[in-house]
Amino acid sequence: MKLPVYMDYNATTPLDPRVLEAMEPYLKDRFGNAASRSHAFGWVAEEAVETARAQLASLVGATPAEIIWTSGATEANNLALKGVAHMYGMTDADKLLLDAIAGGHRDGSIADAQSKVPARLGLVDLDQIAEKGAFELFKDRGDHIITVATEHKAVLDAAKRLEKEGFRVTYLPVKKNGLIDLDVLEAAITPKTILVSVMFANNEIGVLQPIAEIGALCRQHHVLFHTDAVQAVGKVPVDVNAMQIDLMSISAHKMYGPKGIGALFVRRRKPRVRLEALIDGGGHERGMRSGTLNVPGIVGFGAAAAACADGMKDEIARLTALRTRFWERLKRDLDEIHLNGDAEQRLPGNLNISFAYVEGEAMMMAIKDVAVSSGSACTSASLEPSYVLRALGVGDDLAHSSIRFGLGRFTTQEEVDFVADLVISRVKKLREMSPLYEMAKEGIDLNSIEWAAH
Amino acid sequence: MAYNEKVIDHYENPRNVGTLDKSDENVGTGLVGAPACGDVMRLQIRVNDEGIIEDAKFKTFGCGSAIASSSLVTEWVKGKSVVFAEGLKNQAIVEELSLPPVKVHCSVLAEDAIKAAVADWRNKKAAVRKANERETTSPELREQTS
Repeated sequence: MKLPVYMDYNATTPLDPRVLEAMEPYLKDRFGNAASRSHAFGWVAEEAVETARAQLASLVGATPAEIIWTSGATEANNLALKGVAHMYGMTDADKLLLDAIAGGHRDGSIADAQSKVPARLGLVDLDQIAEKGAFELFKDRGDHIITVATEHKAVLDAAKRLEKEGFRVTYLPVKKNGLIDLDVLEAAITPKTILVSVMFANNEIGVLQPIAEIGALCRQHHVLFHTDAVQAVGKVPVDVNAMQIDLMSISAHKMYGPKGIGALFVRRRKPRVRLEALIDGGGHERGMRSGTLNVPGIVGFGAAAAACADGMKDEIARLTALRTRFWERLKRDLDEIHLNGDAEQRLPGNLNISFAYVEGEAMMMAIKDVAVSSGSACTSASLEPSYVLRALGVGDDLAHSSIRFGLGRFTTQEEVDFVADLVISRVKKLREMSPLYEMAKEGIDLNSIEWAAH
Repeated sequence: MAYNEKVIDHYENPRNVGTLDKSDENVGTGLVGAPACGDVMRLQIRVNDEGIIEDAKFKTFGCGSAIASSSLVTEWVKGKSVVFAEGLKNQAIVEELSLPPVKVHCSVLAEDAIKAAVADWRNKKAAVRKANERETTSPELREQTS
C-alpha cells in the first residue's frame, strides 16, 4: 500500500488511465482547433469533440446537442442560474424603469426614449407600456429563484449576485438528514418562480436529493429545474428525461477526467431551454458559450464518461460495501461518533463523520498519511465551521469535529482497513488530550457551561 | 497548510498532558475557549508556598497549533513563579512556534489560559485566607456581624 492514502474523492479524482490514453494524441499532433472548418486538423478535432459529446450525453440520457462545454462546473452553475434569470426573468426594478421611460416617452420629457431601454430587456413597446403599465404587461415575467441552503458556493454566490440585480431568491432549509422537504419546496413555488436549483449530491455530506420527485414537481408547476450534479454524474445513475431535469452541471475532474473542463446540459425539447450567454465571442456551443474548445479536456471528459458507464453497478456495490465496512469498524471501537447526512440516500463513496470532542484539523494532522477534508474551518479567516453542517442543525462543536472521507475507484479494502485503524487509535489519543471528553465522561453537561466565545 | 516543525513536535509528543486535582487549594485551573469555536484549553498549575509552579498540566480540544501552544506554555511555566506565568505574552508563543496569522488566536488562548489558571489559584488562596481570618475572629464578633 502506498502512502499517503487518498480519501478525498469528493474534492477531486485522479485521471483514469483510459482517460489519459484517450487525451494524449490531442495534446500532441492532433492539436487542431475544432472550429477550423478548412482543414483536416480542425476536422479531426471536431470529430473528437462530437464523439465526446455523444459519450457524455449517453451517460446521462441526453442528446449530444444538449451538451454545452464549459470550463468547469462553477461556470456551468453560473451559466444556468444567470443565463435563465436574464433570459426569462424581469425584476420589479426593471419594470419600474420601463414605466418611467414609457412615461417620459408619452409626455415627451425623454427624447429618444427607446434608446434608454437597457438592451437586456429586449425589444419593448413603450406606447403599450405607457398605456398598460410594465407590471401588467409583463406580469408573466418572473423574478424568483428557489435553491437550497446546502448548495455549493458556485450556486449560492451566483444566486446572491442575482439578488443584487433585483431577483428574489428563496434558500430552502434542509431536514436533519440533509434532504429537502418536497412540501416546503412546493409551498415556495410562486407564479413568479422561474427556476429551481437543487444539487443532486452534496459535496460535503454526500446526500442524494430526491431529484426525480423535484423534477416532476417543477414540471407540474412549469418551472425550469437545474441540478448541480457534479458529485453524482458517473457515480450513480442519472437520467435527465426520467428525472425531468432541464439544466444540469457536470464536471470532468470529479469523475476521473481532467480538470478545467465541465459541461452544462441544456434541454432542447419539451421544454426548449434558452439561455443568455455569460461569455461573448465567436458563438461556439450554439452561442451559449463562446471560446475555443478545450479539445484534449473534452476528449478526456468523454472517455471518463464512457469509463464511468462501464461497470457502474458493480462499482456502486463495491464502494457501498467498503463504506459500510469502514463505518462499522469505527462504530465498533469508538463511542460518540456521528454520521452527518442521511445514511441511505447518499453517494456510495462518501462518509462525513463527526468525532465528538476531537477537533477536525487536529484530527487531520494526526492522520497525516491520509488525505481527507474537515468541516472545521480552523484555517479560514472567519473561523466558522461548515455552513452545510450548520444547515443540518449540527452544532458548531460537532461541525468542528467533522471529517469527510471520500472513497473512489482506486480505493482498496486494504486502504480502508488501514485508515479505519489509524483513525480509531488517533481519536482515542486525541480524546485523552481533550478536556471536553474528560468533562463529558465525568457527566458534566457541556451545554450547561458558560463558554466565553472568542 | 504545512506545519512548523516545533508545532509538529509538540503535537506529536505533547508535554504535560493530564489533570491535577481541581479541589486541591494549591491548584489553579484555567478553562478558556468554547467548543463552538473549535478551541477549548484547560491549563492547570500546582503552586508551592513560595509561589513557584511545581507542576503544570493541560488538556486541549483544538487544532495542532492550539495543542502545541498549550503544551509549550506548560513547559515554560514549570519551575517558574506565578508572577512569571502571569506576565507571559502570546507574542512569545507566536515567535517560538512560528505561528502564521490565522493561528495567532491559539497563542492568545494559551495566554488567557495560564492567566486564568493563576487567577483561579489566587482566588482560592484569598478564599482560604479569608476563611482562616474568620476562624480566628472571636465568637462574639461573629454574632454581631451575623
